[in-house]
Amino acid sequence: MLSVLLPISTIWRREIIRFYRQRSRIFSAIAQPLVFWLLIGSGLSASFQPAGASDETGYIAYFYPGIVVLVLLFTSIFATISVVNDRREGFLQGILVAPVPRWQIVLAQALGGTTLALGQGLLLLLLSPMIGIRFGVTSLLLSMGVMALLAFGLTNLGLLIAWRMDSTQGFHAIMNLLLIPIWLLSGAFFPSTGVPGWLAWTMKFNPLTYGLAVFRQSLYLDTPTKAFGEGAPWSLSLLITGLFCVVTYLGATLTASTQTN
Amino acid sequence: MENRLEVEDLSHAYPGRRALDNVSFSVSCGEIFGLLGPNGSGKTTLFRILSTSMPVTSGIVRILGHDLATEVKTIRSLLGVVFQHPGLDSKLTVVENLRHQGHLYGLAGKTLRHRISELLERFGVADRARERVEILSGGLQRRVEIAKALLHSPRVLLLDEPTSGLDITARQQLNTYLDMLAQTEGILVLMTTHLLEDAETCDRVGILDAGRLVALGAPDALKAEVGGDAIFIESTHSDTLATAIMEKFGVSTVLTDGGLRLECESGHEFVRDVVAAFPDEIQAVRFGKPTLADVFMKLTGNPLV
Repeated sequence: MLSVLLPISTIWRREIIRFYRQRSRIFSAIAQPLVFWLLIGSGLSASFQPAGASDETGYIAYFYPGIVVLVLLFTSIFATISVVNDRREGFLQGILVAPVPRWQIVLAQALGGTTLALGQGLLLLLLSPMIGIRFGVTSLLLSMGVMALLAFGLTNLGLLIAWRMDSTQGFHAIMNLLLIPIWLLSGAFFPSTGVPGWLAWTMKFNPLTYGLAVFRQSLYLDTPTKAFGEGAPWSLSLLITGLFCVVTYLGATLTASTQTN
Repeated sequence: MENRLEVEDLSHAYPGRRALDNVSFSVSCGEIFGLLGPNGSGKTTLFRILSTSMPVTSGIVRILGHDLATEVKTIRSLLGVVFQHPGLDSKLTVVENLRHQGHLYGLAGKTLRHRISELLERFGVADRARERVEILSGGLQRRVEIAKALLHSPRVLLLDEPTSGLDITARQQLNTYLDMLAQTEGILVLMTTHLLEDAETCDRVGILDAGRLVALGAPDALKAEVGGDAIFIESTHSDTLATAIMEKFGVSTVLTDGGLRLECESGHEFVRDVVAAFPDEIQAVRFGKPTLADVFMKLTGNPLV
């Protein structure tokens, strides 16, 4: 057991140490989504009322869970960029020739990214009372659990890509073309109610849509003013989110196993 | 054999290019073996296969009795690997880097702490243990890197161009360390290099050219095979001078950076004659016993660059 835990914990720990020694990463992962939220949220709340929203909950409240997910996305993605850097700088090759199976390496990296993303997400959760969200024990624990699942899945999605990349530029391109659209079309930015058919279908096939749905529902569990656009049922959403974690983790492990350097 | 590294008929091809062509050799524990060859000779490919970074596709590699194709995990725990690109995390301190490495190889607690301080002491970096790697000089980083590779007491140490980027003092120190490891601890040391000075310090060298092993033996034995004297003529008109020397003396030469190389019996007489014959074309002449570069040149007809 120790032989499994030791490499995992040491790789995980290195991810955390590197993160707090590069302060700009902390800032960029949380400040950017916050600025988005305040500017876009305040700007749009004057003009838009999300379908199904009551008067007292404006756009800024609708946008809030999406922003938490964006912070999770950014932090986990930035954490996976370190894989690209590790390869470029030569650190990764030392790990690859150590007697550690790839599934342990990937799991450690994924847990590192998850921890960092969860930490940042929780910081943002401190703002939730400002928009009228009330937490009970259940809703708080559920929200945190769902955040951890989302962070794990998103980190693995990032790892799946990062293990194939040898430049960070390439990674940024993928991020803009794939990861940001996945977030945009998850119901984070606008609900699927009333959007054109093709878009509604795209959103239906987006796994993050369910992640966001289960997070939104967990977040508002103890808040009397229910959130809007409940989306898919809670249990189905949770199941799909869990599957998303498993599939991305297996995909990332498979990718890492086929990489030779 | 339990205490050897054996390579038999190893070949490797990249799409459209054969990088290794039926390479065979073996190295014993306690020996320092150098793989010498120019860029593109296949030594990096060979290194990557031996270090388990790349799979064996054709041929057999056995390390201390274990087959590389089927027992990768066992072999990995026996190997210490120093890559050409720095393998340290610059944001971590020296100790943190070593601790990380130790955990990957299953070392922990008191054993690991003891081993770390022992190696830091031996490599003269104990006083820098708490500093981040990014502020250490290149030579010190290389030392930490070798300490890192030795942490789990591997029986085989593989180094890819270990002296690149080191000044002459650091290079000599490194060679002294490697000697000590091989002699006192019986570690099998295998390193790639394109530098003659490094190759000369090895017990035996294998010379690679275009994926083939063209020579194998102790540096002195290989040089003895060349025989005669090695002469380097510095000239700004190397091409025309080479033709002229061929016509007048019937001696073939090899063009290298800034001049010509050749070998012949009774070099002192040849030097006298050639300088008298072409006083204007020759800037300088160097004359001496053959080096491994002359061995390479004789075997391949190309300069070792």
